[in-house]
Amino acid sequence: MNREFVRLTAFEQAQLIRTKQISASELLKASLVQMEQVEPLTHAFVTICEKEAKEKARAVDKKIAAGEPVGPLAGVPYSAKDLFCTRGIQTTGGSGILSGWLPPYDAAAIERMNQADAVLIGKTNCDEFGMGGTNENSAFQPCPRNPYDSERVAGGSSGGSAAAVATYEGTVSLGTDTGGSIREPAAFCGVVGLKPTYGRVSRWGTLAFASSMDTVGPITRSVRDAALMMNVLAGFDPRDNVTGRVSVPDYISEMKKEIKGLRVGISPDFLKVAVLASDGSIEDHPIEPEITAAVMRTAEILRSAGAEVITDVPMLNTKYSVPAYFVISRIEAYSNLQRYDGLKYGRPSQNHPVDMYDLFAKSREDGFGHEVKLRILTGLFMSRKDFYEKYYLRAQRARALIRSDYDRIFDPMGDYRLDVLLTPSTPLPAFRFDRKGCDPVLIQYADMFTSPMNFAGLPGISLPAGKTSDGLPIGVQFVGYDYCESKILRAAYIAEQTGTVAEGDCPERCSELDMGQSPFGNSPCL
Amino acid sequence: MDYIATIGLETHIQLNTKTKAFCSCKADSWNEPPNSNICPVCTGQPGALPSTNAEMVHKAVLLCHAVHAEINAVSFFDRKIYLYADMPGGYQVTQNGQPIGVGGYLDVEMEDGRVNRVRIDNLHMEEDAGKTRNDNGIRLIDLNRSGVPLVEMVTKPDLHTADEAAAYLIRLRRLVRWIGVSEGNMEKAQLRCDANVSVAPVGSDTSGRKCEIKNINSIDAVRRAITSEIERQIGELKAGRAVDQWTIEWDNDAKELRKMRSKENAVDYRFFREPNLMPVVLSPEQIRDWREELPEMPWARKQRFITDYGLPAYDAGILTAERDLSDYFEETFRFYGEDPKKVSNWMMNELVRLINDSGIAASALKIRPKHLAKIIQMIDGERVTPAVGKELINLVQESGKPPSLIAEERNLIMVSDETAIREICEKIISASPKETAAYRAGKETLLGWFTGQVMRETKGKADAKLAGKILKQMLE
Repeated sequence: MNREFVRLTAFEQAQLIRTKQISASELLKASLVQMEQVEPLTHAFVTICEKEAKEKARAVDKKIAAGEPVGPLAGVPYSAKDLFCTRGIQTTGGSGILSGWLPPYDAAAIERMNQADAVLIGKTNCDEFGMGGTNENSAFQPCPRNPYDSERVAGGSSGGSAAAVATYEGTVSLGTDTGGSIREPAAFCGVVGLKPTYGRVSRWGTLAFASSMDTVGPITRSVRDAALMMNVLAGFDPRDNVTGRVSVPDYISEMKKEIKGLRVGISPDFLKVAVLASDGSIEDHPIEPEITAAVMRTAEILRSAGAEVITDVPMLNTKYSVPAYFVISRIEAYSNLQRYDGLKYGRPSQNHPVDMYDLFAKSREDGFGHEVKLRILTGLFMSRKDFYEKYYLRAQRARALIRSDYDRIFDPMGDYRLDVLLTPSTPLPAFRFDRKGCDPVLIQYADMFTSPMNFAGLPGISLPAGKTSDGLPIGVQFVGYDYCESKILRAAYIAEQTGTVAEGDCPERCSELDMGQSPFGNSPCL
Repeated sequence: MDYIATIGLETHIQLNTKTKAFCSCKADSWNEPPNSNICPVCTGQPGALPSTNAEMVHKAVLLCHAVHAEINAVSFFDRKIYLYADMPGGYQVTQNGQPIGVGGYLDVEMEDGRVNRVRIDNLHMEEDAGKTRNDNGIRLIDLNRSGVPLVEMVTKPDLHTADEAAAYLIRLRRLVRWIGVSEGNMEKAQLRCDANVSVAPVGSDTSGRKCEIKNINSIDAVRRAITSEIERQIGELKAGRAVDQWTIEWDNDAKELRKMRSKENAVDYRFFREPNLMPVVLSPEQIRDWREELPEMPWARKQRFITDYGLPAYDAGILTAERDLSDYFEETFRFYGEDPKKVSNWMMNELVRLINDSGIAASALKIRPKHLAKIIQMIDGERVTPAVGKELINLVQESGKPPSLIAEERNLIMVSDETAIREICEKIISASPKETAAYRAGKETLLGWFTGQVMRETKGKADAKLAGKILKQMLE
């Protein structure tokens, strides 16, 4: 068995399987061995579904042997964040209240991956119901570690997915993103994460956090794999009312199109953090200079490839994003979590409930973690009838302002006429579990550059753009207009292809690397 | 001192759509085992998402049109948050801020002929909850009804007596059945009502503090619950006490009111937009097209039956009790083409009996209007006797065959051959010496008995008038 296969991209693996150079079962076996080795260090998974994975791999091999057509991800081992319902396979959302729950149905994204003949190997750890940016808020501990430094967080909430993909535990992963939960951990773990346009990928069967912002997207090691997964995932679904009847292009050929003339914007408002002081004033706070440098380096790569770079694009309402996100996400989360009463599914309290309401209260008391309780309480507080105007309506107005920034810069008749906006994915790289030596303000504002896209409903892709002097991955983000995933993939593909994003750090090169090395301590790519 | 009551009604109307409001489960689960008609959406499974049922929107708009409400071109769904075991999502999806219909009215004719115009505040779409049943201290939950589409129709406080409230509900029930948006069966809780009741001294310019009575599920209960609540409030006022703002439940078994909660415990439902559903957007063309689908209203049709067909008000009232019955009448008349009162008589005497006996709706009968028209024509043309006509109605309903075919197959054509009838008359007279003697002795009323014997002998086929004439000749 050749263990190097796990380091190939999904695109390459599917090709080898289709052409019978390796079998899906062999590839799965290599992945399981890899998981056995690194999982004790990464803690990326809540559940590993070896039995179901073997069945699926065998089914794919049988199809190929019989000469039947197979899907574009034939035999590719993948993981899914534990927020995706998987029929008969435990789905917890990282929460104790759902511990042991076996969903009666598959999420739409799982169905589509299955139809594409990908092989589900397990469910990855995440912050409880997606609420967090470090993956520390999970009922299932130890939580995932950063593959580049096990003292540091993997990011969140799709931390398990990003850590798994970075350490070859499965080739790609399904994540969800409500305020940056795909892009932030992807940046921290040095992988690619794409948050699609709201409505591009069906959310059917995905445990809800904040429904007006929840999106489903891929986490991969290459831009091409992200495009490949978007080919599989994107499209209208009658079961999700917000999905659009917008045709789905072939993202791989779109991604390869000419970049000449592509208008790329950089905004000073995305190179600083706007901190809300207790007196209501807003103060600027600098981000890590190495991250700013990575953004500039990426812009230079695109410029030399023929793109037009427009600096000084004002995005003045970005500063409202964090406080407004705080309000809207908590109010929606509070109502979405109402259904977890311990009665219909998951774990009812064994603490001698005396009546129905006591059962609800005790099950929620026992089942929910600290952060979730805090968010329920703040959501409950802010959604009070007499506070509706003060919090919810104001936050909605801020949301409309944030959206108007993007309408302006992407307007084809406007002043900027951008195709993509280039920003950092995060204001700082992965921080330590103990927070030592890390700027607490930047930690608090870690989703400052990702949550505006959830507000505006726009697509964003985070991709590796080199490393800090400490050897931690840096992520940069391309943001596009509604349903313009093609353009951000094109920009990201060029930045990745030219290979100059960071010396020797192109994820596509992982396949060429020495296999004997532990994924920890150093980059798995060096 | 005299007191006046002010009443507003909130009526929940279960729409008769094929599927539930936000999923593809069947909407009608009547008589089905508990929890047999459910899916991830209507059981609130994590990750499940609602999708708006277009038929629900269509039927809600029809109802809005029928009560002259203004239809919002854009309306939204909101979450109404509360915890209960039969509300699996932890919130009800309803329309709070911008509902499908606003304003409008329903004219209610009272028994004394007075017309009471009840103004509508709004109409909104929402999902029903499941059912809770207590069984020896165990709470059993059935989610079959969870997610069934409702329209809640809220009136302005325009009603003043329990009778007016009951008349409003009867009128509304007829309307929803007539326009085909609901079965309107209160026993099946397809129509349920909450009543807001307040009482104040006559002439005072402020209305009293209102109490809400929940879950009134029959016309009789509406009368009783509102009457006893008005009495209770007057009693409080007479005793010099203020009426507390309560929510009260009507206990249909004990036939009494029970306090649920007082105002201090009022629930904050924390309404906010349901982010998983797109707004309901209707174009002006769509709204207009749906208005044109609306049938003639029952009260208008009744009036037309009186003026156009010259029917008595009583006949017109019965024939327009159900839309399909009135359609049946008009179609039969079209086939028949003559005296509408004759059609009305046949329908009221024979067809309504058939409908009541069989429980089959007029529109589902095997005997169609053309058949009924044909039967009346056959009687007019003296092809069959009226007695055979009645029998033919049953026979057509049983077989679905045309009446003329049945009449021939079964040899039911009227016997009007004088020789044939004379033979039968002779036979009967010679077999009935006692009656013959009595007749001849002057008991002339026995002629009817003799005619009856002839009809029996011929299984109703004989021309009764002719038989009477022959008998009279022969007996005298």
